[in-house]
Amino acid sequence: MTHYAMVIDTRTCIGCGDCVVACKTENKVPVGLNRDWVVEATRGTYPNLQTEFRSERCNHCGHATCVTACPTGASHYWRDSNIVLVDANKCTGCKACIAACPYDARLLMHPDGYVDKCTFCHHRVEKGQDPACVSTCPTHCMHFGLLDDPASRVAELLRTRDYKTLLPETGNRPNVYYLL
Amino acid sequence: MIEEVLSTVRYNPKIDPVLGIWTWEISVYLFLGGMTAGILCFAAAAHLFKQTQTQPYTAWRLPLWAPIVLSVGMTTLFLDLEYKLHVFRFYTTLQPTSPMSWGSWILLLVYPLSVLLIGATLRNGYPRLAAWAERLPLVTPVLDLCERYRGAIAAATLPVGVALGIYTGILLSAFGARPFWNTAILGPLFLVSGLSAAAALVILAARPGAERHRFARIDAGLIALELLLVGLLIIGMATGARVQLDALGLIWGGSYTVPFWVWFVAIGLLIPLALELWELRGRHALALLAPLLVLVGGYLLRHLTVELGQLSTWTDYAVQFDPTLLQRLQ
Repeated sequence: MTHYAMVIDTRTCIGCGDCVVACKTENKVPVGLNRDWVVEATRGTYPNLQTEFRSERCNHCGHATCVTACPTGASHYWRDSNIVLVDANKCTGCKACIAACPYDARLLMHPDGYVDKCTFCHHRVEKGQDPACVSTCPTHCMHFGLLDDPASRVAELLRTRDYKTLLPETGNRPNVYYLL
Repeated sequence: MIEEVLSTVRYNPKIDPVLGIWTWEISVYLFLGGMTAGILCFAAAAHLFKQTQTQPYTAWRLPLWAPIVLSVGMTTLFLDLEYKLHVFRFYTTLQPTSPMSWGSWILLLVYPLSVLLIGATLRNGYPRLAAWAERLPLVTPVLDLCERYRGAIAAATLPVGVALGIYTGILLSAFGARPFWNTAILGPLFLVSGLSAAAALVILAARPGAERHRFARIDAGLIALELLLVGLLIIGMATGARVQLDALGLIWGGSYTVPFWVWFVAIGLLIPLALELWELRGRHALALLAPLLVLVGGYLLRHLTVELGQLSTWTDYAVQFDPTLLQRLQ
């Protein structure tokens, strides 16, 4: 399986939300729907507070429970990679995949009714480009690439920096990494 | 202290601020699917264990309810689909890891089997309907054939009925992302609840007498078993990880404490159990209240489980967005 990863540096992310706007523009996501979002996490007790911004989206899990829950095969891995897509032609809108996602990263397209989600901009990836959110980020805190390639920037960052993933305890093997 | 706030908007309909993808349509479907499973199990068991004399309603007349009850449930299931035109997609594949896919195919087995069981029991159960049907070509030889293989049809129906009942629970329990659902107890709990609902249907529909009395005893046993399974469900969550404890908190001091313990456990299980035990001692006052409450309890079990599963979650972001602002902008 080709292993794509997104690596986001929480130390340089300023929570501007450009990634969210870029996604909506690139993928023509309808008004009122979002494929990505930014979380502001504050830890500690005043005055010893620490704030972290996290740009979040589908984690394109290595063990994607949305894919295993889908009754029609509409949720699938793209070209033997970990990029999880939805084939709208096979989707019944049963919403099993939404219930199966611990990140609540999926959404319902209206008025059509099929399920939609972050695609890691696979239409750009196949042309060798970064996803729209990554290429737009004004602080260059977002990185995208092949984790299988030891020379890639994402592999190098995960080798040299401390990082975390979200809810690894679910066993979904998420592929959006946050540098600490 | 950790506080996680969404600093950009995420307010996807039916997903934020709390999951609300499945509502009454799914609860009704799970309830009626479970009841169909119970109907098929009791009707098939009456023939397999040679109880047609002692349980005439169950053996001969009950099977007709199966496709009717299931069809109402399937209708509400269809209403829940967001992309209804693609409903046929369930039947262009079998996804072995998806309980919903297995369920679609089990449902497809239930219909022909229940029609065969009706064929094998129609002349005894509904002689006038059978006489009318036999005016149509081919019906007489088909009924003859069904009656000849009645035992085999009942033997095939029983495991499919059990599978249908368990599937309605496994459908939810397979979602690891929803802590309240993620327990294998839901399979047997929904099966027993479905059997109990079917027993209640027999008590309501059968003539007063030995059969009704027998099903009051069966139902009392099933309710006691259901209470035991509810107890195991609670123990399972109380000894689980943080997410399970949070899920349990919803019915243990949280906002669903009264609906779960008063509406479901007390009104849907304990009171009908007490009434049925009372009736078994020969007191027939309020005899029809118990099965009615059993049906109410059966529905509430599905309704509350569907809601509680969606409220229990791994993520818990505070949402500051006011969706009415977006409407004003539009």
